[in-house]
Amino acid sequence: MKRFIGFIKKEFYHIFRDRRSLFILFGMPIAQILLFGFAITNEINNVDIAILDHSKDTTTKEIINKISASKYFTIKQMITREADIVSVFKKGHVKAVLNFEKDFSKTLIKDHEATVQIITDATDPNTANTISNYVNAILQKYQKELNKNITFTYQIVPETRMVYNPELKSVYMFVPGVMTIILMLVSAMMTSISITREKELGTMEILLVSPIKPFQVIIGKVFPYIFLSIINAVVIVMLSIFIFNMPVQGSLFLLSLESVLFIISALALGILISTISATQQTAMMISLMGLMLPVILLSGFIFPISSMPEPLQIISHIIPAKWYIIIVKAIMLKGVGLQFIWKETFILLGMTVFFIALSVKKYKIRLE
Amino acid sequence: MNNNKVIQVEGLTKMFGDFAAVNAITFEVKKGEIFGFLGANGAGKTTAMKMLIGISKPTGGKATVAGFDVFTHAEDIKKNIGYMSQKFALYDDLTVKENITFFGGIYGLSRKRIKEKSNALIEELGLEEVENKLVGALPLGWKQKLSFSVSLIHDPKIVFLDEPTGGVDPITRRQFWEMIYKAANQGTTVFVTTHYMDEAEYCDRVSIMVNGRIEALDTPKKLKEQFEVVNMNDVFLKLARG
Repeated sequence: MKRFIGFIKKEFYHIFRDRRSLFILFGMPIAQILLFGFAITNEINNVDIAILDHSKDTTTKEIINKISASKYFTIKQMITREADIVSVFKKGHVKAVLNFEKDFSKTLIKDHEATVQIITDATDPNTANTISNYVNAILQKYQKELNKNITFTYQIVPETRMVYNPELKSVYMFVPGVMTIILMLVSAMMTSISITREKELGTMEILLVSPIKPFQVIIGKVFPYIFLSIINAVVIVMLSIFIFNMPVQGSLFLLSLESVLFIISALALGILISTISATQQTAMMISLMGLMLPVILLSGFIFPISSMPEPLQIISHIIPAKWYIIIVKAIMLKGVGLQFIWKETFILLGMTVFFIALSVKKYKIRLE
Repeated sequence: MNNNKVIQVEGLTKMFGDFAAVNAITFEVKKGEIFGFLGANGAGKTTAMKMLIGISKPTGGKATVAGFDVFTHAEDIKKNIGYMSQKFALYDDLTVKENITFFGGIYGLSRKRIKEKSNALIEELGLEEVENKLVGALPLGWKQKLSFSVSLIHDPKIVFLDEPTGGVDPITRRQFWEMIYKAANQGTTVFVTTHYMDEAEYCDRVSIMVNGRIEALDTPKKLKEQFEVVNMNDVFLKLARG
């Protein structure tokens, strides 16, 4: 035990004396989460829109008021002719035009249904999509208020037929992904580099000749990273709660347990990589190409798995990150308990055990 | 077991497939002896050494190191030997003191013992000024001397040195050999591989490996007589050229 503590102490010296690893450990998570949260966001704020109101009655006025009251939109211009739609788009400031049909209130009362057209500037498809979702949300909210005190229902029919989905808030989607990437990066890449570093420097040989057991060496090397990864996960969750007001619906305890499970699977992958690479460079390249890319591209973090071609979908099943992202999303956003994610947890657990077994076996072979 | 023989090797063999990297070597090393283990690159000396220090399993033959069998008691061997490799192997990003403490720790020395050892060692090497400096900042010669001292920190019965003086200047080499003599005088057996034939002259006995076999084994003086040459370099050349 004393040997082990000395070993861990030495490992922390390595980490804290190396600026690069310090940056990857603590700079990256914060930078990534802020980048994804603020800069690379699908959210909109104060988007300029124009309104073409053919009816100018109480209902359309109320809707327009609601829209201008929201922080998402600024009504830049009221236009009067259909022909003006093209010209406001051409000027480029206005990203969307709302076109209310004639006799909006009357139609609504008579047919219980009226139509508003949402025309968006699709040169930026993401923004266009988001705008139409947000307008829809405002319309639906208004419609709910309208229907509160009456038995039949009025319907305002927007022409873009997308249902508002609160999970579309981009930071909610990015947090689980960023958390997965960071934990993968810290756990797998950093451990594989730190183990291969000892191989490269020749100190691994000295350690193997000493009475300290190979598995103690490995545990000693990965332990600090378990600890630091947990700190990282906590920092990410705190940032998302306090800066992005992201709700954590489910149990934080369950989230922690699942995260530790994922961290261990990533560490096992890191050990595995270190057994097959002779130099730090190789370890880094394998980690980046073999782990980071699939995590970013195939885990469902950015691109939805369901829209991938069949072969890629199959590959995505063997990526632990995919299962972890599903788990994190389910706990943080849907607030579900273990009874809904036991299958994913089980798969992750199985993978972890498999990776550990494989790396132990590989490590032994290497010693021969 | 004869207590005077700290290494006993009989027909030790390591096969890689059909290739015998070490082909049935037999020799003995006495307590307190400086034993030179010579051979060209690829002759099998590193493989043979790895079997003796317990990180490679032999495929045949018998060997005991410090009284323990290399097949069954590799872990006990590890406690009783020191090792310094041809790669300089202390941690550059740890200070002199931290390195000593760390290696003392993994050999299971008590905190008090580590402190005593550490102070004695720093004083002996004259490193008081730099004891809290990172090892990476020290000149190569100092690192090597420190590395050797660290390999002796747990007072091993035998110390294995794998080309310890590669890349250092002749003066530092000289000083290094003085340290080796001192260790040997205190009863530590020194098993050393080297490329430098002048260093072979410093050894009590040398063995020369060619293609996995030990082709010559005796004191430098007797070897020179046997091959009718004036220095070890010529002994080596005669053997290597067959």
